[in-house]
Amino acid sequence: MNAKGLVHKYGDNVDTDVIIPARYLNIADKKELATHCMEDIDTNFVKVVNQGDVMVGGLNFGCGSSREHAPMVIKESGISCVIAKTFARIFYRNAINIGLAILECPEASEGIDAGDEVAVDFDTGVITNLTKNETYQASPFPEFIKEIIQAGGLMASIKKGGN
Amino acid sequence: MGMTMTQKILAAHAGLPAVKAGQLIRAKLDIVLGNDITSPVAIREFEKEGFTGVFDKSRVAMVMDHFTPNKDIKAAEQCLQCRTFAKRFDLDNFYDVGQMGVEHALLPEKGLVGAGDCIIGADSHTCTYGALGAFSTGVGSTDMAAGMATGETWFKVPEAIKVHLTGKLQPLVSGKDVILHLIGMIGVDGALYQSLEYCGEGVAALSMDDRLCIANMSIEAGAKNGIFPVDDITKAYLDGRTQRPYTVYEADPDADYVRTIEIDLSSIEPTVSFPHLPENAKPISQVEDIRIDQVIIGSCTNGRLEDMEVAAKLLEGKKVASHVRCIVMPATQEIFKTCSERGYLSTFIDAGCAVSTPTCGPCLGGHMGVMANGERCVATTNRNFVGRMGGITSEIYLASPAVAAASAIAGKIADPRGL
Repeated sequence: MNAKGLVHKYGDNVDTDVIIPARYLNIADKKELATHCMEDIDTNFVKVVNQGDVMVGGLNFGCGSSREHAPMVIKESGISCVIAKTFARIFYRNAINIGLAILECPEASEGIDAGDEVAVDFDTGVITNLTKNETYQASPFPEFIKEIIQAGGLMASIKKGGN
Repeated sequence: MGMTMTQKILAAHAGLPAVKAGQLIRAKLDIVLGNDITSPVAIREFEKEGFTGVFDKSRVAMVMDHFTPNKDIKAAEQCLQCRTFAKRFDLDNFYDVGQMGVEHALLPEKGLVGAGDCIIGADSHTCTYGALGAFSTGVGSTDMAAGMATGETWFKVPEAIKVHLTGKLQPLVSGKDVILHLIGMIGVDGALYQSLEYCGEGVAALSMDDRLCIANMSIEAGAKNGIFPVDDITKAYLDGRTQRPYTVYEADPDADYVRTIEIDLSSIEPTVSFPHLPENAKPISQVEDIRIDQVIIGSCTNGRLEDMEVAAKLLEGKKVASHVRCIVMPATQEIFKTCSERGYLSTFIDAGCAVSTPTCGPCLGGHMGVMANGERCVATTNRNFVGRMGGITSEIYLASPAVAAASAIAGKIADPRGL
């Protein structure tokens, strides 16, 4: 499992209200919802994001509400992986449950700039900054979480009699 | 080594004699909760995987509170989807317009929460029930779907911060000021992945409404849960109300905490959190003149009876400033009715407030008080993020119902003790 793409970078405490404002939570269609991803802090994001790109944040990424629409629109907009120093815990659970890859790595969050090209190896947790020729080591997922991801998300994992 | 109160509840629900921080467990759930914006996503997942029943129809609660009374056709469709699901599985605790209240005010009031319970809800403020000595935490819709299907979920056992409370609050200072003060001390990620365990002799001086407010906003410090010990005040609230027998857990004397925070309640002033993070807390004595356009009194944080009472007392015989729109929302039908019986509704209306049926509407910029760009609001709600209540250049100042009522009258952020 790997990812490679250009970086969209944000700061600390990116909250779920800016990832997807609540005023759109009456929209059921994922594609339509995703057209509003990040719009309250970055109106350009949806115009420039490409399939496979990587999002990088600082501390406490995804804080605020429990809305699963937040990781959902990030995934739907084409982002292959979110890297941050730390994640808010509900966002962390939600991302895993819906199959959006996320990695905690303070060094990568510090070292990577907007527009850098990075590659991520999920098995080893190694993040390579191809633009700057640097590597950073994130903790790989615990086995328990890998099983959920490999099953295709939490619901599929339960159906299989796992978690 | 001993266990924290949270760890003891989790161990009991995992069927284990003991757990320790960092351990992954599967725990049985007493209640699984959702609302009208998170349940539709959960229902979609539930149905996609072909589940044919919920684990216990008396333990799944759905509350239509966010975009209700339906704000538009799309919101109406989402409620219809929930209503259809509730009917199909004969859910005992489906609360629609006319019975519903803001979910975290409603569930304790209806007796759905007991001390020692283990509860998940697809709403981040599910941590409110820690006020009653329960472990409760917010999750997403997929966790809700899995919880509805199996009656269980996975947790990583959290570490804990001990918040040791001493002293007694001054008049017109409330639980809201305590929690804003605490978030100001430790920051919006100060308790990330951890429990906030409130304790100390100061707890006895906090009313149940104060505790519900403090537990409610524990998430705003990043906490997994906030929890209070069970005492006579808790028992007086629970007895005759809870639908199930409850269990009292206490932290072990040798429980391990990552740190201890001391708060002398008597030292806390009315506190205001400035845009755009709850951690930007300032005592009111340091707040300069800030002219406002709107005041919201209500929400899962501050829509309870004591909140209405303090607002009504301050607004009695006064008028809301002519340039301010003041919207008051008792959080449940029961609270609304009591406000009516006590004459608070007349007080609010005579003062020039709009009074509304329960809804989460304005707190998250849904409806019933959305703000234009550049406008300022004093809100008794819980988040002041960019764009949370409307335009992205609008500003939210979080405060207690007393500060909100005083500010509505003054037309600017005001100290209720100066009225």
